[in-house]
Amino acid sequence: MIAPVVELRGVSRVFPAGDVSVTALVDADLVVEPGDYVAVVGPSGSGKSTMLNILGLLDRPTSGTYLLEGIDTSTLSEGQRAGLRSRRIGFVFQSFHLLSHRTVLENVLLATIYNRMPRSERLPAAEEALRRVGLGHRMDFLPTRLSGGERQRVAIARAIVTRPALLLADEPTGNLDSATGESVLAFFDELRNDGLTLIVVTHDDKVSQHAERQVRLRDGRIERAA
Amino acid sequence: MTEAAVGPVAPDPRPEVAPASMSARDLLSEAVAGIFSRPGRTVLTVLGTVLGIGALVATLGVAKTAGNQIVGRFDELAATSVVVTNEQGFFGGGGPRVRIPADAEERLMRLNGVTAAGSMGSVDVGGALVRSVPIPDPLAQTEFQMSIYAASPGLFDAVRATLRTGRWFDAGHSERGDRVAVLGPGAAQRLNIGRVDQQPVIFIGEDPFVVIGIIEGVLRQPSLLNGVVIPEGTARQLYDYESASTVQIDVQIGAASLIAEQAPIALNPNEPGLLRVQKPPEPEDLRRQVESDVNALFLVLGGVALLVGAIGIANVTLVSVLERVGEIGLRRALGAARRHIAAQFLVESTAMGLVGGVIGASLGVLVVVGISAARTWTPVLDPWVPLAAPLVGGVTGLLAGVYPALRAARLEPVEALRSG
Repeated sequence: MIAPVVELRGVSRVFPAGDVSVTALVDADLVVEPGDYVAVVGPSGSGKSTMLNILGLLDRPTSGTYLLEGIDTSTLSEGQRAGLRSRRIGFVFQSFHLLSHRTVLENVLLATIYNRMPRSERLPAAEEALRRVGLGHRMDFLPTRLSGGERQRVAIARAIVTRPALLLADEPTGNLDSATGESVLAFFDELRNDGLTLIVVTHDDKVSQHAERQVRLRDGRIERAA
Repeated sequence: MTEAAVGPVAPDPRPEVAPASMSARDLLSEAVAGIFSRPGRTVLTVLGTVLGIGALVATLGVAKTAGNQIVGRFDELAATSVVVTNEQGFFGGGGPRVRIPADAEERLMRLNGVTAAGSMGSVDVGGALVRSVPIPDPLAQTEFQMSIYAASPGLFDAVRATLRTGRWFDAGHSERGDRVAVLGPGAAQRLNIGRVDQQPVIFIGEDPFVVIGIIEGVLRQPSLLNGVVIPEGTARQLYDYESASTVQIDVQIGAASLIAEQAPIALNPNEPGLLRVQKPPEPEDLRRQVESDVNALFLVLGGVALLVGAIGIANVTLVSVLERVGEIGLRRALGAARRHIAAQFLVESTAMGLVGGVIGASLGVLVVVGISAARTWTPVLDPWVPLAAPLVGGVTGLLAGVYPALRAARLEPVEALRSG
């Protein structure tokens, strides 16, 4: 039996804010099987970011259990969570988060230095990832010389270079015009067809339509997990 | 992506998950990349450490060099002279004085290291004036108030005197109480005596003295140059001369300290402390004094410069942390643990301190060489100084980086990514 990539069981996240506490996520249940393409949608303030941070092991749930590939992440130390993050999860951010004074290739290589990838495999892996996103000819460029779409593709190459089990994207098209945004989404489709598990957090319906399943959040609760 | 990317992981209640790791090489290259990403700022940051370390190295070097220079130029004449006086009596300056024995010369010559010794003292002639053979000359002064000195025979060598003409008196003159005198060049000129081959006579009061020699010059006790010098024995017989007041000793090089210790004991074994000894400063003392004078001031300045440099590094590293919040968040998302973030900033600040130390040490050495060249000195520097300087710089950088690194490590990746 293959464990689900993601399994949330009754996950809640409460932020203490002075005397009152803000509940950002309430009793969320979610199962994402390998190869799934899930969109988490909802208006701003609905708990999307909180969910993303929990899924990405950047934050711990206040209560409930999060299994990543069958591993109960709540029992792990911070160092182990960081290790898991570096090997099994790839991130794509709205604002790309590329280091502006490092070349495209170096930006991609950055993802390999924290995860025990043997040195000899790093460069081939990074070059392959860049070729996959169609930037094999831009490896020595600085990100500042690239268009927004190209930058996001560098970020995607960085996210997949470690061959993660899960790709988490946070408003991946938020900083792009609709045409380039569409090309990025088309690339996500391609990745998904290759078997990668994707979770995209967005408020944009055009983005969520690419996913085969939408998880709608409202006031921290999952409305429909279809 | 591929089969491997979504490979099955069996459910495991107690998972063995390898923590994040980062090789030292990666840590170093990330830190170096961080430093070189803003070269202009890095240069300015390093400047403080460069100045601090440079000042420290230059200070130590210049002090050492100057100290050695003093030894090189040490004064042979001063280093071989020891003077014992009885200026201080039982009751300080005003009391009765310790007698310097008549055989002072013999006592001192027995000490190993003494090459010449002689005693001298002023003779109280009761205000008698000195004149040469009377030639009535109504226009010129013929009688003079002059200093009369009693001296032992050995004084001639002890003051390193040279004669213009004639000879110095010997022990026989002194023992017999012969009325002979040797004139200083000043005295000879005033008394109008230029040669001694016809045994000119001078009168001290009514006492006649045969001039047997005229001094050309002395290297020590220059008061002799204007005086009339008579044998001690003669002074005792004629003027109740009691004791010499000064003993001049000429010693071998290096023996000054020893003789300065022994001479008072030889001269006055009962109360050697009552005699005052003037000895040349020890070269070692002199060098140390110069070094410590120079060091104390400039080491403080260097330390202050270094402190300013450290604050500079701390400041810039902190600014850099605040600027790179996004990068820190990203690295955390990519799997960096807190300690990796802290280590990266620590290595960056340490490297900046190290680089500053290397440049500063180089500049410091150049300053030492430059000053030495300008003064035609031999540059001297302890080898550990330029070697330790970069380490000091590195430690400075390390300490300066502690707070910014902790700040960076404490950042929450969630917030860091949002603000970036």
